[in-house]
Amino acid sequence: MDMFKTLIVILLSSVLVDNYVLSRFLGICPFLGVSKKLDQATGMGIAVTAVMLIATAATWPIQYFVLNTLHLEFLQNILFILIIAALVQMLELLLRKVSPALHKGLGVYLPLITTNCAVLGVTINNITDGYSFIESMVSSLGCGLGFLLAMVLFSGLRSRIDESNIPAPFRGLAVTLIAASFISLAFMGFGGIVDNIFGGAAV
Amino acid sequence: MEKKTTGSVLFNGILKENPVLVLILGTCPTLATTSTVNGAVGMGLAALVVLVCSNVFISLLRRIIPEAMRIPCYIVIIAGFVTIVKLLVQAFFPDLYSTLGVYLDLITVNCIILGRAEMFANQNPVVASALDGIGMGIGFTLALGAMSTVREVFGAASFAGIAIPFLEPYKIEFLTKAPGGLLVYGLLIALIHVITKGKAPKKTSFSCASCPNAGTCRTGSCAEKGAES
Repeated sequence: MDMFKTLIVILLSSVLVDNYVLSRFLGICPFLGVSKKLDQATGMGIAVTAVMLIATAATWPIQYFVLNTLHLEFLQNILFILIIAALVQMLELLLRKVSPALHKGLGVYLPLITTNCAVLGVTINNITDGYSFIESMVSSLGCGLGFLLAMVLFSGLRSRIDESNIPAPFRGLAVTLIAASFISLAFMGFGGIVDNIFGGAAV
Repeated sequence: MEKKTTGSVLFNGILKENPVLVLILGTCPTLATTSTVNGAVGMGLAALVVLVCSNVFISLLRRIIPEAMRIPCYIVIIAGFVTIVKLLVQAFFPDLYSTLGVYLDLITVNCIILGRAEMFANQNPVVASALDGIGMGIGFTLALGAMSTVREVFGAASFAGIAIPFLEPYKIEFLTKAPGGLLVYGLLIALIHVITKGKAPKKTSFSCASCPNAGTCRTGSCAEKGAES
């Protein structure tokens, strides 16, 4: 039961409180670049979630069974980014062969996330926070869902911005960032909510 | 091809193609580390060192690295230098190390560094690549410094950790938090637009070339599929 509670706390805090895009600023590039249309934002969000889960499933055992046992912790960064790059390429090839329909929907976003800092960030954070394997997987799921949520919300906002009359200097990226700032402000409201519900369970 | 002078290569990165404010690259560290001046300048300098080293190294190897394998090669080179810088910061500046945390690791996937490798270092000689790295690094550090100055002075009423007492009653704490970062960045970009009267090169005019993922998406499909606006 305690374990279950910990997992829920991890999930909720990574989706809402410590949202990767809006409060930790990881994965800002796709957040600003691919959030123009709802379907693209959803596709990108799902692809990122999937890659995060697979990357965590691969990097966690490598960290604990290879790097830690051989005392090669300093290779973490190099190894993780290579694993992520290789996994993304393999996933793309696999999708193209196995399910062309899914590849058409998600495959186009896969090359774009090789160097997404949110993916590398979540794998490293899981190790730094000392999560167990299951906790790491839940935290990755939460981060991915948080990313998806932010993307979907923001794409809705952007389609409204496109229709409004904006002063010239603010057109384009400036107003997009300011709008992102307001969404981020709204997400700040979630701060503390998880602690209050679960009585400050250790995260 | 026109001959690039030493000065133009160096200053290109500081002003005309400032990576943060004009090319809009490396947005993640720009937003995440600028709540204090110390953290921002430390981040800028760490990225500068990695950028210069990786530019020189990639330029040296530009005839050896096979075309198809270049992105993985660049990533390994960059990750190697990031690890070196990370160990040095951990040893000599432990305070900075704890401030920057995971963002120090994430220099590996900083768009500026991979972008410069792809756009400049793999086509230019060593000295020019080093100068380009220095210019881009200084431009990055200056932009981060400017942004963190605004955020720390008005948000925390201090500069580089030194308190400014007369601003204390007026400080806007919101600016040091996450939304404040996005807001200040948006306002700075609007300001650049006003200063340059809209002549600053648009992100779209660099399109795929400035996208660090351009190498991995062989087809250049992001523009066609509308993924990159």
